Amino acid sequence: MAEVPFRGGGFAPRDIPAASVGTLVGLVLLWQAGASLHWISTKFLPAPWDIARALYALAASGELWVHLSASLQRLAIGWAVGTVAGLVVGLVVGLFTLARSPGMAVVSALFPIPKIALVPLFIIWFGIGEGSKVITLAFGVFFPTVINTVAGVDGVPRNLIRMGQSFGLGWWSIVRKIVLPGALPAILSGFRITTSTAIILLVAAEMIGAEKGIGAFVLAAGNLYDTDNLLAGIVLLSTIGLVLSWVIGRMEKLLLSWR
Amino acid sequence: MTGSAVRLALEGVGHAFGTLKVLDGVDLVAEPGEVMVLIGPSGCGKSTLLSIFGGMLAPQAGRVRMDGAVAPDCLNALTYVFQDFALLPWRSVAGNVSLVLEDSALSAAERARRVEEVLALTGLSDFAGAWPKQLSGGMRQRVGIARALAVRPAVLLMDEPLSALDAQTRGLLLDEFAEMIARAGVTTVYVTHNLAEAVRLGQQVVVLSRRPGRVREIVRIDRPLAGRHIEDADLLAIEQHLWALIRDDAALADRERVDG
Ligand SMILES: Nc1ncnc2c1ncn2[C@@H]1O[C@H](COP(=O)(O)OP(=O)(O)O)[C@@H](O)[C@H]1O
Ligand SMILES: [Mg+2]
Repeated sequence: MAEVPFRGGGFAPRDIPAASVGTLVGLVLLWQAGASLHWISTKFLPAPWDIARALYALAASGELWVHLSASLQRLAIGWAVGTVAGLVVGLVVGLFTLARSPGMAVVSALFPIPKIALVPLFIIWFGIGEGSKVITLAFGVFFPTVINTVAGVDGVPRNLIRMGQSFGLGWWSIVRKIVLPGALPAILSGFRITTSTAIILLVAAEMIGAEKGIGAFVLAAGNLYDTDNLLAGIVLLSTIGLVLSWVIGRMEKLLLSWR
Repeated sequence: MTGSAVRLALEGVGHAFGTLKVLDGVDLVAEPGEVMVLIGPSGCGKSTLLSIFGGMLAPQAGRVRMDGAVAPDCLNALTYVFQDFALLPWRSVAGNVSLVLEDSALSAAERARRVEEVLALTGLSDFAGAWPKQLSGGMRQRVGIARALAVRPAVLLMDEPLSALDAQTRGLLLDEFAEMIARAGVTTVYVTHNLAEAVRLGQQVVVLSRRPGRVREIVRIDRPLAGRHIEDADLLAIEQHLWALIRDDAALADRERVDG
């Protein structure tokens, strides 16, 4: 008689929050150790400690806040404009036959364009000031938002909508109480993509004709081969990304607790 | 409880989905307060017929008539109970019931009172704040019933409401349904493929043929719902008769190719 061997293991990865922080801290420590032990030349790659000092100097001189606030403002406005427009268009395309095919055709044609390539065009249209930068971000955020919203609306179980109709709920009630909440998970996971898209476009737009902003700062540092400050700027961008992704995670926990 | 007394009739109803002829020349009458049960082999058009009854699908031929008095407190005359419950997962039990009252002119207090009342009636008072995902299948369908009763329907349209449940839960809910339907006095159209359910609830059991569905036979059971038990000899005899009627059709339907 043989014991029945166990075959049911694996395929169930778990999240360990401490391990994600631990990994990032560990990598930075390793990097610092490599620099301190002269395994990594700080000419080629500044040590974390140098970057931290550069960041501290920026904060102390007040320069940090000038760039950070300029960038965050553009990010907030551009993302919000693109998101709101994308949600509205996505909802219309998702709900109306008349809008569906034309809308999806336009979105599919414009979505793959690298938005960075359009920055000069936006500068001609909207001037070199804030307008062209915000529009670049909004434009980049708009398309993925439309696509995610349409997918979310399509994914709302048909039987729930029919339930609403059979109980005589009005059109707007069905949209507000059934379609939108049903599409929310897809919309929120789209936010993860659009926030990173927005950060990438922010830097690109700020590298073309801006005095203030993290993108402009990184470009200036790069032109001077000031790698400490260059990486300080990169660290700031990465931090913004981490914070936004944490915020979206909180929103999901809060709004989707019913799942 | 409700003062509605509604007669629901199909006159010469026929329907096809594309080239698939599903219903053909169906005439049916559910008298006020009567329970009509529809049985027939799977795919014969029972759900389609129920959609037509409730105005959720426009038949290609024939028409549906509703006659009689709808009570003044009725908010939705033709009301469904669904096989898959159709609860909003993002609303609590009370929220799911309240949903169907929110578009009405009821005051918030009156709405809350109605929600409370139907939750008590279906034994859900302790679950008012629960999410649907926290409930068993039986409890979810009780929410479906509570939601339907909250609008004080004149007609209840139930499409295999017990099919998604295990046998034990089904037995319990069947008796609760019988009691609630009898008490509310609503005209009811109840679709099932379970013959025990048919004889427990039906005052008129309509046997449909294989697709395209036609009325093959109507079996009347004149005993009041309250005194019935699925093991009663006369009900078992009717059940056997029904089985004899649909057996061959069911076997044929089972071997049919399903397209679309
Ligand atoms: N919306 C639809 N479009 C096309 N075919 C359908 C549709 N609804 C139902 N049918 C087909 O019509 C037939 C009857 O369906 P249905 O009324 O659901 O049968 P039942 O409820 O008796 O099992 C089935 O063959 C089904 O595949
Ligand atoms: Mg069916």
